[in-house]
Amino acid sequence: MNMTIAGLTLRSLLGRKRVWLLLPLPAILLGLTLLGHLHDPNATEWIGPIEQGLGFGAVVPVMALVIGASVIGSEIDDGTIVHILTKPLPRQEILFAKLVVAAAVTAVTTGVTMFVVGTIASGTQFGVGLAVGAVVASICYCTLFVALSLVSRRPVLIGLLYILIWEGLLTHLLTSGGVLSIEAYAVTFADRIGGGGLLDPTVSVRSAVIMAIVFAVGGAWLGINRLKSFTLTGETN
Amino acid sequence: MSTIDLAAASRWYGNVVAVNDVTMSLGPGITGLLGPNGAGKTTVLHMMSGFLPPSRGTVTLDGEPTWRHPDIYRKIGLVVEREAVHGFLTGYEFVLASARMHKLPAPRTAARHAIELVEMTEAADRRIETYSKGMRQRVRVAAALVHEPPVLLLDEPFNGMDPRQRLHMMDLLHTMGAAGNTVLFSSHILEEVEQISGTVQVIVSGRLAASGDFRTIRRLMTHRPHVFAIRSSDDRRLAVALLREDSVAGIDVASGGLAVRASDYGSFTRALPRIAIREGVRVSQLRPSDESLESVFAYLVAS
Repeated sequence: MNMTIAGLTLRSLLGRKRVWLLLPLPAILLGLTLLGHLHDPNATEWIGPIEQGLGFGAVVPVMALVIGASVIGSEIDDGTIVHILTKPLPRQEILFAKLVVAAAVTAVTTGVTMFVVGTIASGTQFGVGLAVGAVVASICYCTLFVALSLVSRRPVLIGLLYILIWEGLLTHLLTSGGVLSIEAYAVTFADRIGGGGLLDPTVSVRSAVIMAIVFAVGGAWLGINRLKSFTLTGETN
Repeated sequence: MSTIDLAAASRWYGNVVAVNDVTMSLGPGITGLLGPNGAGKTTVLHMMSGFLPPSRGTVTLDGEPTWRHPDIYRKIGLVVEREAVHGFLTGYEFVLASARMHKLPAPRTAARHAIELVEMTEAADRRIETYSKGMRQRVRVAAALVHEPPVLLLDEPFNGMDPRQRLHMMDLLHTMGAAGNTVLFSSHILEEVEQISGTVQVIVSGRLAASGDFRTIRRLMTHRPHVFAIRSSDDRRLAVALLREDSVAGIDVASGGLAVRASDYGSFTRALPRIAIREGVRVSQLRPSDESLESVFAYLVAS
């Protein structure tokens, strides 16, 4: 991996205000989990809506969206991407470094959060399950959103539509909609590893594995291709 | 030594033609890419630097197409007009990052050398966000030069520089050109190009309007008639007196004042106050009405 690009990306990412504005999201999830635990230590009533609905449905994807769209989309917006693109580097090397930073930052923040809330809710094994689900989701979401920021100038808007309309609404109405939902794969992984049947997976483990790979590889391929054809438009033209 | 060639290159966006059938060859030495704002200079530079494919024709560096060939950046140093720099880095870190991304064998030495070239050694350890616009520009040039490319492309490199910085940058470009590098810089300011470059490519409305030695082109420009808008206390009296001057080619009298066509800028502007005093006419407005670059270039295209 190109450590110079990864280092620049990480410093740039952590220097952006909007990334730090995300901090309340894990805090809210943690707070609600603690409240639920105090109210009902058995967790059967609240674990679905809070850990699956809020955790996998909102906290993980929104954090991945903001971080994933920042590592390359913000650099395109402010023009700093040119500094990196004017180097004789294979475009996959550039994209890979940025993807690793985005996925790692998202995976660490959401993975730790989901591990803690899962452990509070139903023990360490459940915590590990939620953390694995969060890591898988982080990789898939970040790849998707990084690719989106190379396809469109409005990656956050399109990403939000995907999270809210597709994953949040349509996949629950369409019987096989979960096959195209990263959230559904994360829940399947979390349920399988966490055990206990506390979550409500809608896709099989096999489908989740295959589709998670399809999203990650497909997103990366799309991103690399778009980066190879990256164009600059003149300010004075 | 490297050569950039545009062969019948055109670039359009939808129905808008930004660059129209341009053929040019840039070899070692320094070349100015001159044209008014919106003429297509930036589009040409972006095509040369592999950031834009031509819609038609070819753009090559040493025979290789520039589009989708990141390897060209081993030979090209590019300073685009609008490239933000990471403000959290120091100047040195920024140039060092460039050297590392180029995978140079001794990146620290290369970075220090490039910073010395642009005279930024003293400020090298300050964060870029504390730099003036001119300093940012210089540190960007250092980052573009760090791998000692045979080709240097700069889009409006003097924007934001103070006169001393300009002179220094001009010296640097001269030195690079004299050393056998291919240097191309764009500008919409005639004087900048005049001071640096013997060879110019003039682009107007997406077309290559003139190409070659600057002095020849400049002569065409200075020999065009200059038009002045004049208002005075007695326009008719002034017009009659002015017509007797050799430097005046013609006068249009309108209700809003006079439009005087002067064949010689210097003689006319020296003669006018003398005539006005002699005739007892008070001049309330004297405005060159065609001095915008667009009109200069329009004349050039028409000639």
